[in-house]
Amino acid sequence: MNVNLLLFGVYPYIAGTVFLVGSLMRYDREQYTWTSYSTQLLGSRRSLTWGSNLWHVGVLFIFLGHFVGLLTPAFQWLHVPPVAHQWIAASAGVTFGLLALIGGLMLLARRLSNSHVRAASHPTDLFILLWLLATLGLGLATQVVTVPNLLAGHVADMEILSRYLKGIVALQPHPELLAHIPWIYRLHLLFGMTLFLVFPFTRLVHIWTVPVNYLWRAYQLVRTRPGIGE
Amino acid sequence: MKIRAQFALAFNLDKCIGCHTCSVTCKNVWSNRRGVEYAWFNNVESKPGIGYPKEWERQDKWRGGWVLDHGRLTLRQGGRVRELAGLFANPRMPEITDYYEPFTFDYDHLVNAPLSEAAPTARPLSQIDGQTMDKVTWGPNWEDDLAGPFAARSQDANFADVERAIYADFAHTFHFYLPRMCNHCLNPACVAACPSGALYKREEDGLVLVDQDRCRGWRMCVSACPYKKVYFNWESGKSEKCLGCYPRVESGLPTVCSESCVGRIRYNGIMLYDADAVARAASAPHEKDLYQAHLDLFLDPHDPAVVAQARGDGVPDSWIEAAQHSPIYKLAVVWRVAFPMHAEFRTLPMVWYVPPLSPVQSAMEQGRLPLGADGLFPDVSALRIPLRYLANLLAAGEEAPIAAALKKLIAMRQWQRARHIGTTQDPAILASAGLDAAQAEEMYRYLAIADYADRFVIPTSHQELSREDPRAFQGMNGLHFGNDAGDGTRAPDLFPRRRAPSAEPEFPLAWLPRRKTGDSS
Repeated sequence: MNVNLLLFGVYPYIAGTVFLVGSLMRYDREQYTWTSYSTQLLGSRRSLTWGSNLWHVGVLFIFLGHFVGLLTPAFQWLHVPPVAHQWIAASAGVTFGLLALIGGLMLLARRLSNSHVRAASHPTDLFILLWLLATLGLGLATQVVTVPNLLAGHVADMEILSRYLKGIVALQPHPELLAHIPWIYRLHLLFGMTLFLVFPFTRLVHIWTVPVNYLWRAYQLVRTRPGIGE
Repeated sequence: MKIRAQFALAFNLDKCIGCHTCSVTCKNVWSNRRGVEYAWFNNVESKPGIGYPKEWERQDKWRGGWVLDHGRLTLRQGGRVRELAGLFANPRMPEITDYYEPFTFDYDHLVNAPLSEAAPTARPLSQIDGQTMDKVTWGPNWEDDLAGPFAARSQDANFADVERAIYADFAHTFHFYLPRMCNHCLNPACVAACPSGALYKREEDGLVLVDQDRCRGWRMCVSACPYKKVYFNWESGKSEKCLGCYPRVESGLPTVCSESCVGRIRYNGIMLYDADAVARAASAPHEKDLYQAHLDLFLDPHDPAVVAQARGDGVPDSWIEAAQHSPIYKLAVVWRVAFPMHAEFRTLPMVWYVPPLSPVQSAMEQGRLPLGADGLFPDVSALRIPLRYLANLLAAGEEAPIAAALKKLIAMRQWQRARHIGTTQDPAILASAGLDAAQAEEMYRYLAIADYADRFVIPTSHQELSREDPRAFQGMNGLHFGNDAGDGTRAPDLFPRRRAPSAEPEFPLAWLPRRKTGDSS
């Protein structure tokens, strides 16, 4: 078994399994720890308001972009030529990546400089923020390779990455595809997959319970006690 | 019509001595934990003052409670989309400095300091980060007994339409205590604002609770509550609030704050109300109508039709009987001497307040209090505490009901005073306040004597109505691996089975394969 197979053929499934089963177990058993762990109460309002909004909006759009651009055939359906597709991906990625980076750095500075927030931080809070920022930084760094390739009209690397990811999701992994891909992409992939691995053990679980049903539920909630026969 | 029972409270402000026993007992029982050191589920404020958290009454600043938007009841902090848009950073969330930075003192230093010329001092330490604080600059009770400059305290929102400058003068100053807790509202804004649906009102007694398992820390309840009585626990990342001491109340005991009140100012009782009419009452077009609309929700527990319907709607007989003896019903509905605080927030609060009388008797004897038109009564608008101020606090600015209540309280006092000092009791005084002798005697019994049995009429909860098998817990609470409350004989389980019938919801993922209760392996 070579390292490439281990890292890009096996590790994604370990990370994915821990992500899914871990989330399920934590949701089932550890509801009391299932929260966003907001520190807004503890002050530094300005950096939280700007940082948190920039961060969340940036990260959400990046996630959406990765999902649509790499895993779905949306661009083929829209008959967008591959080079144009990659230009859209690169420019949107850099835009929202920078928004998220600015927001994330503001949040990091707040977490470290506000002694109340620091005291209320769990070690995983700091770890996951640093890890997300590192992943984000690596993602932005891939543009150093992507953009010159695009200028030269090459989109092969991106298409290989897309094929690889589709293979992973379809349970038909082709780790050998990545053998000749620049290392910066592979590093970004490894950091990204590790996010899934650590996800259930951090505050990130709050993503699973985004309260969209608030939009249509009744304002007032009354709970009846479980009666006889219920 | 759908009749529900509500556990309600009333506070007789006339007798509150501001001893804070309620706050201290509450804190010792419920919130002396890391993460909620700053949170006082019950606190006592000195009025006039800006209160705790700072300026909580100013909804132009905090945007708590409800407003009418083209006739429709909406949260003041915004509609549903706006609410969700605030999840990343709630624009109306109070910060710790709006409450106060919780502190202790470095007592160890007093014992461990090396020998020195000067006596060692215990410097304040933050209870959040443990660091030494330069100076304690605010606390939960910073304005106690009118501490601090009037200019700061006069920011009190209840001074609206009052010539506040007059009250800066020592000769005109006024003061009363305002104990505050969660109002367990009929139309709670916190429940409506919770995106996760973690806050709820219990059907059987109306207490408003936070489901600690479902709360995701979105913080919308904290800003939505106009009384700022939902607190964010910075340690657990979840909201917490007064739980109406439900473990005590279910057993027929008063809440801890009520039980420990040395002034005997607190009353606990049951009110029957029409749950179907709540939204309409909260949507009364004019703020001044809200007090009356709120009163109209309450049903006469002696009316046979009400009793029959309440039974049909599942209110147990013992609760109907308790409602018939409810001290809250007497104070709020029969005598109309108790009022909901800040009715204009439209949450229909269920802690009702008997307004404080100013020191009437000595002022009258000194001839400093002008008599009203009838020549019998002091002019209530000339009392030391401005009527307008009380009306702003307790009746959404409507002075007439407060004046009528003050008149009743004065009449009752004069009647009893005459009896006790042996002068003639004048029924005309009672009559002009709308009372008769029997009512005056009963008011005296409830307000002045305030026996335990009169103050607290609390039916026990009916657990037999919610438990199919009262022995279901038998053999179900042994020590076990992980979070399982098992019988102690089973092997570790990834998705354990929770103990049988419980008021708590089952595990959220009910479909997962689990071992049956009593299985052993």
